[in-house]
Amino acid sequence: MYRQVIQIKIAVCMKQVPGTMEIKIDPETNTLIREGIENIINPFDSYAIEEAVRIKERLADEEVEVIAITMGPPQSADILRESISVGADSAILLSDRAFAGADTWATSTTIAKAINKLEDCRLIILGKQTVDGDTGQVGPELAQRLNIPFIGYVSSILEINRSKMKIKRLMEDRYETFEINLPAAISVVKDINIPRVPSLRGKMKAKTIEIPVWDAKKLEADENEVGLAGSYTRVVKIFTPQIKHDTRMIEGTADEQVEELHKILKELNLVSGS
Amino acid sequence: MRYLLTEEQKMIVDICRQIVSERIVPVRAELDESGTFPREIIDEVGKSDLFRIFIPEEYEGMGTGIFEVCLATEELSRGDLSVATSYAASGLGIIPILIAGSEEQKKKFLPGLASGSKLAAFGLTESEAGSDAGSIRTTAKKDGDHYILNGTKQWITNGGEADIYTIFTMTDPRKGIRGASAIIVEKGTPGFEFGKKENKLGIRASATRELIFTDCKVPKENLLGSEGMGFIIAMKTFDQSRPAVGAQAVGVAQGALEEALNYSKIRKQFGTPIASFQAIQHMLADMETNLEAARALVYHAAKVIDSGEKNVTRLASMAKLFASDMAMKVTIDAVQILGGYGFMKEYPVEKMMRDAKITQIYEGTNQIMRNIIALDMIKRGVLQET
Ligand SMILES: Cc1cc2nc3c(=O)[nH]c(=O)nc-3n(C[C@H](O)[C@H](O)[C@H](O)COP(=O)(O)OP(=O)(O)OC[C@H]3O[C@@H](n4cnc5c(N)ncnc54)[C@H](O)[C@@H]3O)c2cc1C
Repeated sequence: MYRQVIQIKIAVCMKQVPGTMEIKIDPETNTLIREGIENIINPFDSYAIEEAVRIKERLADEEVEVIAITMGPPQSADILRESISVGADSAILLSDRAFAGADTWATSTTIAKAINKLEDCRLIILGKQTVDGDTGQVGPELAQRLNIPFIGYVSSILEINRSKMKIKRLMEDRYETFEINLPAAISVVKDINIPRVPSLRGKMKAKTIEIPVWDAKKLEADENEVGLAGSYTRVVKIFTPQIKHDTRMIEGTADEQVEELHKILKELNLVSGS
Repeated sequence: MRYLLTEEQKMIVDICRQIVSERIVPVRAELDESGTFPREIIDEVGKSDLFRIFIPEEYEGMGTGIFEVCLATEELSRGDLSVATSYAASGLGIIPILIAGSEEQKKKFLPGLASGSKLAAFGLTESEAGSDAGSIRTTAKKDGDHYILNGTKQWITNGGEADIYTIFTMTDPRKGIRGASAIIVEKGTPGFEFGKKENKLGIRASATRELIFTDCKVPKENLLGSEGMGFIIAMKTFDQSRPAVGAQAVGVAQGALEEALNYSKIRKQFGTPIASFQAIQHMLADMETNLEAARALVYHAAKVIDSGEKNVTRLASMAKLFASDMAMKVTIDAVQILGGYGFMKEYPVEKMMRDAKITQIYEGTNQIMRNIIALDMIKRGVLQET
């Protein structure tokens, strides 16, 4: 019998975050107070899912499968359903008590295991950062673990096929264009698209679709490499910073720039040596 | 929820609300000012599957009914009546295909209309044939495997923007109304051109244009039903589409009332919010009461149609009549509550007032609605629960 082969599998990694900017911090435990706050898809991740669905529409004659993935507590399934309503084909929830308290390192370990299980994922798309953690580290770490290239801050996918893509990315002062081989991971910025409104069919599918939950056992993860146990960092304190921009551009040849930077860092007591 | 909507119906409402707040409200004043067709918004409406609710599942639709169409139309109208009119006018072009189309015609035309990748339009009115739709002069002469169309349609919503046009023509002018036929004409057919785009009082962003047919050759397979059925098809179409005009009216009135209520609580005169004046309170109370009564009538008419009831002309006409008169009054009063600010383009209510007017005119004027209602009463008596 003829079996349709998925030519391009795209995984979109997303996170559920509090739907408010006025985040309150529990002064005792230094963690976010989440009670009474509506949770939403991390806004940058909605650009990631939209871009994956657009690739699917663009490559209409090739089979593209978009899989939304999140690691989080059971209620994170809500954002996976939301991603189904805007066009994802399927979703996987990575959830286990053992995953709790993960830093970016343990998070990327967990997601990498899931992606390896999916087999032959050609592209992984993430939002450029989350609005609660704000690190932007999970993407590069994930790519590192999967041993595939990573390009951050992508603002446009110019061309794509199963083996290659050409992208444009936004830097502070310029755009850069790259051609990279797939599989690869990218993170996307707000400029890349305008996420669509959910469709009626999508919402109907989202309501009934079965979302598999993969736990530590399913991922064959060692308890010591995931969650708090697998984390190298621990949140000691969260506070609202005084925002102060103090940018200085260092000029000259590369050697001169290094020299100058080293001098500045030494003055700030951030490095030692001569 | 006051109307005990099903899960699917709530989804329709939610999708429309999101489109209204994210896509329509930020640009509606600009689209109105420039009279630009809201193509991007209509594309979004299509991607959200909202055109599918006009169409049965076999043809890529959702298999929903007129009630769902009314829910979607009302919500879109709350944001902008131009968008809602463009949406509903595609439905108006679709309904004749649903009523009289053959299996082949449905298979050919409906899937593209369901996805929103194509828009439809309904071409009945001509310069000498408005309320008196029976006096249309556009002709379709049989010539072998084709009909040859000649004539000009006027004020056709989605003219130029739509891909599929349901056109009412005379295949046998000697027979008068009984010689009218409905034919599907695709955009791009040689001999089919678009005339001037109208500059209007309201629903300015919707496209209202002339359709000009000059020896336009249309395959005979495009005839809907049989020759002579045109007028019946048109009337049956209105039976299903008129509650949605009522829903447009309910939506635009809802939008205006929300603006008026919010404003009345903020605007202070004589040291107190104007909402504390009994004169304003009573206006608000009347607006809300009439709005809710109109909504109930529109929903009721839609549900009766969806139940499969045959004699729905009177109810459909009553829903359109009552809701559109209500919307005119409510939007005028909304402008009144905002005072001079209401008269200014910085606030949305003057546009809502201009937009509301069309609901009393198109798909049969309200005078014609009263004629229809009264004639049906004389024929069948006063409505009662059987
Ligand atoms: C913005 C816009 C969009 C439109 N879109 C479409 C479209 O997509 N497709 C389409 O086919 N048509 C469309 N129309 C046409 C619309 O349906 C007609 O304008 C309407 O039916 C009235 O016809 P008329 O304008 O010729 O008015 P007339 O028929 O000339 O009426 C003038 C006045 O006389 C009254 N009157 C007429 N006859 C009677 C009677 N017997 N008893 C009592 N009073 C009477 C009317 O109520 C009205 O007040 C559109 C019109 C507008 C303005």
